[in-house]
Amino acid sequence: MSAGVELQNISVTFGSFYAAKNVSVKINEGEFFSFLGPSGCGKTTLLRAISGFLDPSEGSVLIAGKDMAGIGPNKRPTSLIFQNLALFPLMSVAENIVFSLEVRGVSKKERQKRADELLELIALSGQGGKKVHELSGGQKQRVAIARALAVEPDVLLLDEPLSALDLKLRQKMRTELRAIQKRVGITFIYITHDQGEALTMSDRVAVMNEGELEQIGSCDDVYNFPQTPFVATFVGENNPFYGKVVSVENGKVRVESSGHTFVARPGNIDENKSHSFANGDEVILFIRPESIFIKNENTTLDNTFSAAVHIIEFEGNLKNIYLKLSSDINVRFSVPNAVDTSELVSGKNVDLTFSTQKAVVLPKGVLAVD
Amino acid sequence: MNSILQTKFFKKNGPLISTYFLIAIVFWLIFLIIIPQLYMLDLSFRPNLPPLLRGGSDDVHTLVHYKHFIFGSETSTDAYNAVDVGVFINTIVTAIFVTVINLCFCYPIAFYMAKVAKPNAARLLIVSLVIPFWINELLRSFALRILFAGEGVINNALLGSGLLDNAINFISLDIALYTGLTYAYILLMIFPLYNAIESLDINQLEASKDLGSSTIRTHWRIVIPHAKAGIASGCTMVFMLTAGALATPVVLSSPNTYWFTQLIYQWFNMNDNWSRGSAYSILLLTVSVVFVLLMMRLFKVKIGEIVR
Repeated sequence: MSAGVELQNISVTFGSFYAAKNVSVKINEGEFFSFLGPSGCGKTTLLRAISGFLDPSEGSVLIAGKDMAGIGPNKRPTSLIFQNLALFPLMSVAENIVFSLEVRGVSKKERQKRADELLELIALSGQGGKKVHELSGGQKQRVAIARALAVEPDVLLLDEPLSALDLKLRQKMRTELRAIQKRVGITFIYITHDQGEALTMSDRVAVMNEGELEQIGSCDDVYNFPQTPFVATFVGENNPFYGKVVSVENGKVRVESSGHTFVARPGNIDENKSHSFANGDEVILFIRPESIFIKNENTTLDNTFSAAVHIIEFEGNLKNIYLKLSSDINVRFSVPNAVDTSELVSGKNVDLTFSTQKAVVLPKGVLAVD
Repeated sequence: MNSILQTKFFKKNGPLISTYFLIAIVFWLIFLIIIPQLYMLDLSFRPNLPPLLRGGSDDVHTLVHYKHFIFGSETSTDAYNAVDVGVFINTIVTAIFVTVINLCFCYPIAFYMAKVAKPNAARLLIVSLVIPFWINELLRSFALRILFAGEGVINNALLGSGLLDNAINFISLDIALYTGLTYAYILLMIFPLYNAIESLDINQLEASKDLGSSTIRTHWRIVIPHAKAGIASGCTMVFMLTAGALATPVVLSSPNTYWFTQLIYQWFNMNDNWSRGSAYSILLLTVSVVFVLLMMRLFKVKIGEIVR
């Protein structure tokens, strides 16, 4: 059985510090939902409030429509997977997995049966007798998942469980987690600071900063239609151009930024409505590195500017080219590795171009990296 | 000598520190432990002779003192030495009892200090546990005697408040003794427990709770197995010291209760029979060590874990 989770105006304070501030979100039944944000943004606090380890100072947590106030973590229909997994080192793998059944007084025979089923689910059949330390990192991960699923929770909570794994394993586990979620069909609430993880696995993402929700939406929405400068810069890479609105026409915003004039589309306030700007408004225009191209006879889009090449950084599949628009304004764009960049020597001026559709204008605000 | 200087130990620590370690450890082990104990072991197998006859033809190895412990004096008609054996068994059983009480009493405190209390509160608690132990054991025992005496603080309070009609004789019931012994080595139980529990990852407790476990079961399945070595360490220490305690039993035991160490003390000091005193000491030591080793075997704890 699966259940939806609703946070109603949750605030968590430690002294005068707000770990979470007036957070309201409705997570649907059977959804893979991620809270994404930098460390210290309050996402773990929210998870602890949902699991019952922490009482919110204000607001309420509803699971399957039922207020959870006063119900302890051992009585909630949730299971939590800890960042360090917290497997029990003195118990065997099978004992770990069915611990939740043991404490509920399920018979030994029944437990054995369930352990076998779950070991099969996580592709560790026949390894129930091993000690936890005999397993590899990925196997431990899967045991933690099995242990959390053994009681058949309505909601599974995951607190950055992949952060200790190396890159390859992390990518593999993303796919596996998503597959397990589809198979068991329960609500997954995932906490991460890694936007790649959030975007690849989730149905919807909530981006958080300093205890507050910045934006909730599908992965696509959050990436393509950021509603705040923080989201624009935290999810993926972005070039900010600080400037002022010069004119607004046909739903396009013309922005003047240190001598350059660009045309862009206004960013969204919420899912349905976009910001309306007036002349003279202080704004930031965002354009992603992959949306900037070198201007030539085949590629000329509605915005153009030129800048001097500074550094070329090799990332593997991409090459990142850092340019200086002026002494204090840096621009970065990326090209696939296959593109020949031998022309782009340091100090050389290049003409660049980008599309109005890809550029987003938002009111001035805090960036993720400042 | 040159080959010693070439060892890894010397190279790593330098000649000064290495020499110090070597001398300190050798002195400690050989002069303070091995030689006296071996001497005592030998003495326990020799007859009690006046100084002039020592080393003479009568000074042979004999089991007379161990025989005395089991069968009593040669003039006695009893089948065995009911008094000494009785005191011995009573001492061991009471020491076990005290150790168990001590464990039950200290575990919650240790757990509270290690996992529940905020750092400042934990520090305050540790200090308030340690400070009373600046007062020596004898004085603490006398203080308890004042508390438990027939006209002591507790009785006066109970009588004064009308809760009791007649004073309770805490001393003759040995309640004072058990309390005193439990209290005497409490720190040696709390600190190993605290150290062991402290190293438990708090997420383990939360995971257990999240999976639906009650508090008691979390302790039974997670905390106690994790703290097993600390429990063994604390229990060993408390058992050994309780069985070997002297000051507390002297001050607090009832007139009819003897602690085995009191017998040992009598043989050495009052009866001037060092060899019998040695034999009794060796008996106490041996049985205590065997008991501890048995317990370790039973609970599957290795000696290396205990001293960790």
